[in-house]
Amino acid sequence: MTVYQVCKALDAKVVCGETRMDKDVHNACGSDMLSDVLAFVKDQSVLLTGLCNPQVIRTAEMMDIICIVFVRGKEPDHAMVQLANTLGITLLTTSHRMFSACGLLYEKGLRGGASY
Amino acid sequence: MSASMQLHYVVSSEDFTRAGEASSDVKSKLKKLGFSPDVVRRVAIVMYEGEINMVIHANGGEIEVVISEEEVIMKLEDHGPGIADVEQAMQEGFSTAPDNIRTLGFGAGMGLPNMKKYADVMEIQTKINVGTTVLMKVAVS
Repeated sequence: MTVYQVCKALDAKVVCGETRMDKDVHNACGSDMLSDVLAFVKDQSVLLTGLCNPQVIRTAEMMDIICIVFVRGKEPDHAMVQLANTLGITLLTTSHRMFSACGLLYEKGLRGGASY
Repeated sequence: MSASMQLHYVVSSEDFTRAGEASSDVKSKLKKLGFSPDVVRRVAIVMYEGEINMVIHANGGEIEVVISEEEVIMKLEDHGPGIADVEQAMQEGFSTAPDNIRTLGFGAGMGLPNMKKYADVMEIQTKINVGTTVLMKVAVS
């Protein structure tokens, strides 16, 4: 599934990374604890989170996560968008809550991937 | 790469939004040097967790990184409060992080266990009211 398909499934808005929407997403991770995100290594992942601070972008960078979805309509600030653009990470925001957003992607065939 | 490369970083605790910049720099250098994605990511994870810990618990500190063909060595040194019970601190779920840090997504008690999990060597030296030094090595082969 591509970032574009993730965006469509979640009825999400693209905050940044319009030119990177054709990238493939292999796994997903939904968490509000960044150390939990850091505990599982997956390739070409999308991160769904209710957190909205610069460390979310940093964590995604460390894990080579290619797309972050902010749930419950959270909007990243200018500094976060700038950092994500520098790192080539696509940011999306959806009004869905975490459980629903994860469920919608699971329904489309996206899975959590194996632990390290 | 014929010789080893040494890097030095000062981690400030004044701005939490900047925490992770040192780890980001090391990650980008390792990538450019052509290290495998697995090594790059493991170094990035353990150093980032350590850097965040320094900012949360110890008012910042200093990090020395030595990169060679065989291994990546990271020494994280702070002059913070020290760790009272290292064994307890190594347990998943144990944390002394304040609530304001938890709202940012940290303080789950996974930092040190993650570092132990991804580093090939991890040694902690700590003294109450003096500081903590964490030595980590990630083998390249």
